[in-house]
Amino acid sequence: MSGFFGRLRDGLQRSTQKLGDGLAHVFVRRPLDDSVLDELEELLIGADLGTAVASRVIERFRSTRWGAEVTHAEIRAALAEEVSRVLAPVAVPFSPDPAKRPHVVLVVGVNGSGKTTTIGKMALSFGNVGRKVMMVAGDTFRAAAVEQLQVWGERVGAPVISGPPNTDAAGLAYKGLEDAQKAGADLLLIDTAGRLHNKAALMEELAKIIRVLRKFDPSAPHSVLLVLDATTGQNAVEQVRVFKEMVDVTGLVVTKLDGSARGGVVVALAETYGLPVHAVGVGEKAEDLRAFDAGEFARGLVGETVYERP
Amino acid sequence: MFDSLSGRLTGVFDRLRQRGTLGEADVTEALREVRLAMLDADVALPVVKDFTAKVRERALGAEVLSAISPGQQVAKIVNDVLVEQLGGAGAVPLNLAATAPVPVLMVGLQGSGKTTTSGKIALRLASRERKKVLLASLDTQRPAAQLQLAQLAERAKVASLPIVAGQTPTQIAERAMETGRREGYDVVILDTAGRLSIDAALMDEVRAIRDITRPAETLLVVDAMTGQDAVQTARAFNEAVGVTGIVMTRMDGDSRGGAALSMRQVTGAPIKLTGSGEKLEALEEFHPERIAGRILGLGDIAGLVEKASEHFDEEEAEKLASKMMRGKFDLDDYATQLRQIGKMGSIDNILGMLPGMGKVREQLAGANIDTSILKRQAAIISSMTKAERKTPDIIKASRKKRIAAGSGSTVQEVNKLLKQFDDMSTMMKRMNKLGTKGLMRQGLGALMSKGMGGGAPPGGPGGFGGGNPFGGGRKFR
Ligand SMILES: Nc1nc2c(ncn2[C@@H]2O[C@H](COP(=O)(O)OP(=O)(O)O)[C@@H](O)[C@H]2O)c(=O)[nH]1
Ligand SMILES: [Mg+2]
Repeated sequence: MSGFFGRLRDGLQRSTQKLGDGLAHVFVRRPLDDSVLDELEELLIGADLGTAVASRVIERFRSTRWGAEVTHAEIRAALAEEVSRVLAPVAVPFSPDPAKRPHVVLVVGVNGSGKTTTIGKMALSFGNVGRKVMMVAGDTFRAAAVEQLQVWGERVGAPVISGPPNTDAAGLAYKGLEDAQKAGADLLLIDTAGRLHNKAALMEELAKIIRVLRKFDPSAPHSVLLVLDATTGQNAVEQVRVFKEMVDVTGLVVTKLDGSARGGVVVALAETYGLPVHAVGVGEKAEDLRAFDAGEFARGLVGETVYERP
Repeated sequence: MFDSLSGRLTGVFDRLRQRGTLGEADVTEALREVRLAMLDADVALPVVKDFTAKVRERALGAEVLSAISPGQQVAKIVNDVLVEQLGGAGAVPLNLAATAPVPVLMVGLQGSGKTTTSGKIALRLASRERKKVLLASLDTQRPAAQLQLAQLAERAKVASLPIVAGQTPTQIAERAMETGRREGYDVVILDTAGRLSIDAALMDEVRAIRDITRPAETLLVVDAMTGQDAVQTARAFNEAVGVTGIVMTRMDGDSRGGAALSMRQVTGAPIKLTGSGEKLEALEEFHPERIAGRILGLGDIAGLVEKASEHFDEEEAEKLASKMMRGKFDLDDYATQLRQIGKMGSIDNILGMLPGMGKVREQLAGANIDTSILKRQAAIISSMTKAERKTPDIIKASRKKRIAAGSGSTVQEVNKLLKQFDDMSTMMKRMNKLGTKGLMRQGLGALMSKGMGGGAPPGGPGGFGGGNPFGGGRKFR
């Protein structure tokens, strides 16, 4: 059983099975019956769409395509199309208002979702198109969070405004805005400490940052970006609800799509809140930020590898 | 309220006839609801399938206890199997039985909470078990990650490995163990960079670290908010390095935490600890019973039943319940109930344990209600005459003044109490109309929302009487 031959046999079995699956995808035609639809529904649930959204998508799919004989590849493509119809309206690129100097962006989210990294990436991409970008190290709570953003600042060549540990984040944001305006910056990215949405006191702190910013510029912040980790399950819906209620989130960034998580809860979010999804994070490097593409995302959801690792 | 599993199941069985045993069709229908509830709680699909198969086996033909509805019966089986699958009751401690310095390896996805958890474990071992702990960060990937761990070490008052720029993770691992041996540390906690399960190169790296250090514990750190990907993560890390324990972080959030079940099922490793806040002290032992209730939306029924039976006089409770049902509940009974609730601890605590009461509890969170109000109300009632207690309607202005003076309270407080009692009577009438089944289906909320409209504090004692949740809870034993 075990030993060299066992391993060889297992290996062969796995690769022939893969091959078989691949062939089946292209050649085997099946009627689009209940059992196939059930499989597809499970595929969507497995991608974190949630039971309700998955069943709605499948119902729509059923009513438009019932009875046709199709290959696996065709089914997947068609399902991706169905999903991408939901996502298309929220695929809105992030475009700072050039009239604002600076356009102020407050970046919020739960702990570890990728806020600081996303800010670094955004600084690079807007710096690359000739915008003057500045950043505020507004996570004054987590250990070494300031230093983390400072490393990003050096990496992408953008100044970082920071204060001593445990500085009041709202005061620091105010100072950042003051400095950025003086320096004639186009874009000011404000990092914040991660916080769980169910902690009322911490959410109130965010609201305070906004109030203080408005003392300087009543139109600020011009964008409030919520950074969501693609591995998050159905709790993301509650996250978005509360952050939106507390700080008027204007758009989402979905990170860690280079992993095996598919981020299907975004479909539920698109249905429920219709907030723009501006960008996706596909790696830890500065270049790993892409515009959100509904079709691409949907194909990833139904199982095609979209974001190849280098 | 409606999405709690017990509510769903009761709904299913309400449509069926009462039978002596659970039939195949009943179980199938119930399991559909179980499947949905678990998926909505982010338990991974293959794990849900496995789970429902186990429940089906146990539920088929199980005798329906006479006191319990079939819905509750299945809910109980589901709860039991879930606790079992989560590792059975009780917590599993860290295994540090190895020659010092004992290596503990922390692994997981990016942003799952490895570094913070490393600091928490270090603090716990140092302060509770008097261990000499060395923290070492092998995270050369994320900017300032090593510095973060060094700062946490300082806060926890434990040592951290000096940072040497340019070293690879395996070199740091070697140096950490060497330092551990040379300087006589009991435990060396190795914090690694976050890595994706599909990143072959980084998975090879962590395997190499494992081979160099031969950890006594390899802890997979997982965010409680994780969705379906939990299976993939668990499998990949377990295959690569052999996970010996799981730490669920961000349990202080409001996710249902289904990933805990997925993790446990796929790796077979026990969930050893849970993170419940950003402070270094916020690390707790894992209690399967609590997570089970959370995943199912049942609340901590076991805990509630335990508490209730400890402090609740069953006979008295039965008497109260039957009086309620007959609509013969008076202020004397109200006082009895106040006393019993008072013995069970804070209202907040009790609410937290009740199924479907999460929302109410949230609303109460800031209100800071204490149980002393129960005592005051009991005092007011004891200043009434027997006749007044039997027929509260006769309590008019002059009687109120006398009662207030006698109990050292104000007329307003007397009014408030009478209003609460009134609310409760209304609720009871409504409850009688709904019948027990209707009540189970619609939950306590159906009663509270309207009944508690007026001057009574939200969730005050009046809210408890109506539903007599303890009567319901007892049935789960
Ligand atoms: N693979 C991958 N990792 C990411 C991505 N975005 C962030 N991360 C990692 O996730 C972890 C947490 O990111 P960080 O920006 O510190 O999160 P914050 O706490 O929200 O500021 C770090 O290890 C990042 O390198 C992404 O798109 N892909
Ligand atoms: Mg950060």
